[in-house]
Amino acid sequence: MPKISMTVNSKQVSATVEGRTLLVQLLRDTLRLTGTHVGCDTSQCGACVVHVDGEAVKSCTCLAASCEGAHVTTIEGLAQGGTLHPMQEAFREHHGLQCGYCTPGMIMAAVDLVNRKGFDLDEQLIRSELEGNICRCTGYHNIVKAIAAGAANMSAQPVARAAE
Amino acid sequence: MYAFDYHRPQTLRQAVNLIGRTEDSKVLAGGQTLIPTLKARLANPANLIDLGAVPELRAITQKGKSIVIGAMVRHAEVAESPLVKSAIPALADLAHLIGDPHVRNRGTIGGSVANNDPAADYPAACLAMNATIITTKRKIPVDQYFQGMFTTALEEGELISAVSFPIPSRAAYAKFRNPASRYALVGVFVAVKSGETRVAVTGASNGGVYRWTEAEAALKPRFSLAPIERLAKPPSTNMNSDIHASADYRAHLVYVMTKRAVAKALGR
Ligand SMILES: Cc1cc2nc3c(=O)[nH]c(=O)nc-3n(C[C@H](O)[C@H](O)[C@H](O)COP(=O)(O)OP(=O)(O)OC[C@H]3O[C@@H](n4cnc5c(N)ncnc54)[C@H](O)[C@@H]3O)c2cc1C
Ligand code: FES
Ligand code: FES
Repeated sequence: MPKISMTVNSKQVSATVEGRTLLVQLLRDTLRLTGTHVGCDTSQCGACVVHVDGEAVKSCTCLAASCEGAHVTTIEGLAQGGTLHPMQEAFREHHGLQCGYCTPGMIMAAVDLVNRKGFDLDEQLIRSELEGNICRCTGYHNIVKAIAAGAANMSAQPVARAAE
Repeated sequence: MYAFDYHRPQTLRQAVNLIGRTEDSKVLAGGQTLIPTLKARLANPANLIDLGAVPELRAITQKGKSIVIGAMVRHAEVAESPLVKSAIPALADLAHLIGDPHVRNRGTIGGSVANNDPAADYPAACLAMNATIITTKRKIPVDQYFQGMFTTALEEGELISAVSFPIPSRAAYAKFRNPASRYALVGVFVAVKSGETRVAVTGASNGGVYRWTEAEAALKPRFSLAPIERLAKPPSTNMNSDIHASADYRAHLVYVMTKRAVAKALGR
């Protein structure tokens, strides 16, 4: 069985896993980081999105062993102490969630989007970039608003970009 | 997922050796097709050889009049590559239309071309641009490579190392996406190079990606919209029919997407 080490939310972790262990299983079951959700388990919904070496990845469609030596950031890695990350704060402020099941993946996808496309995001771009994230509750409208606002807030606090 | 032994070679040579030494092995590239397949227990390899740490397969380079893309180059990298954007913007467009951002961050050109899904995008680009599939054993001209859905000329243990695209003078891709899966319901890639026009169609046929030779012939004297507008719609005989679209509708889409691709290639 592969023995793997990686950095998760700035902490060094090692584990012995089966070859078939998914990254999301390592995060949730072994490391007990249950903020990352499994919605569909068929690579469609994006509830399981985390960052691997700074890029948004569906952790249900990635083997844990493939992340040997990688830097992984989950939703738990965004807040600084008691202070929410500006993107989390924007989702709270703009009511960007109802049941909250899709939210960790939405926020990780949103921070990835800002890292790639900058702080000034128009509605059309946000909607097209959210293709990989499905929400059954909100109708997306407030999610889009929250992401635009969160992106703008991140520009005011550049240190708050994901700690990769 | 059934259990397997996991291997992580550090060089292409190690990967090829491992394939030779292990029984019943499969390679893992971006995993965006293979991992769902394994999870659904539709495949049961004894050994999985992860190409993720192999450095040789990751480059995008220009060699003479061709762009050569390493097998492990991700869709997002092709979409954003300054070299691809300037030499073959239609290819960057195509890569950007695959799946969603997270799929594009993992999925690779080698995996897509090896898999030859009948609704995948890259096969249309390869066929229209007369690409060469470079493997660990040989160089395969694209006209011999795709052999029907999910079937290719690759032999047991043969790996794609790169795909080489001759730079066309004009090219464009028009895709009608399945709004749920984001695969091509129908996608048409047109490319012109040295006076030859090729029209490749994906998503439509139950034989997988193919060239629409009537459209190619119509465009031969002059690359313009008029001859396509005069062309008859293709017959629906060999078109796929499923819950997403009937054979008739797919045949209609082939016609419409070809028109759109030609217009786009003309800058309209
Ligand atoms: C939600 C979702 C949406 C998608 N939408 C689209 C879409 O719109 N258009 C589209 O074209 N695709 C789409 N895909 C598929 C995606 O593009 C895959 O990335 C691609 O088909 C396979 O590439 P991979 O690198 O992930 O390969 P893997 O899944 O790792 O491998 C696929 C197959 O190829 C073999 N293989 C991999 N690399 C090599 C190699 N170098 N040599 C020989 N064999 C190899 C593997 O053994 C396996 O059999 C989608 C996938 C998902 C999950
Ligand atoms: S749980 Fe991973 S994409 Fe839905
Ligand atoms: S808030 Fe319920 S799924 Fe998005």
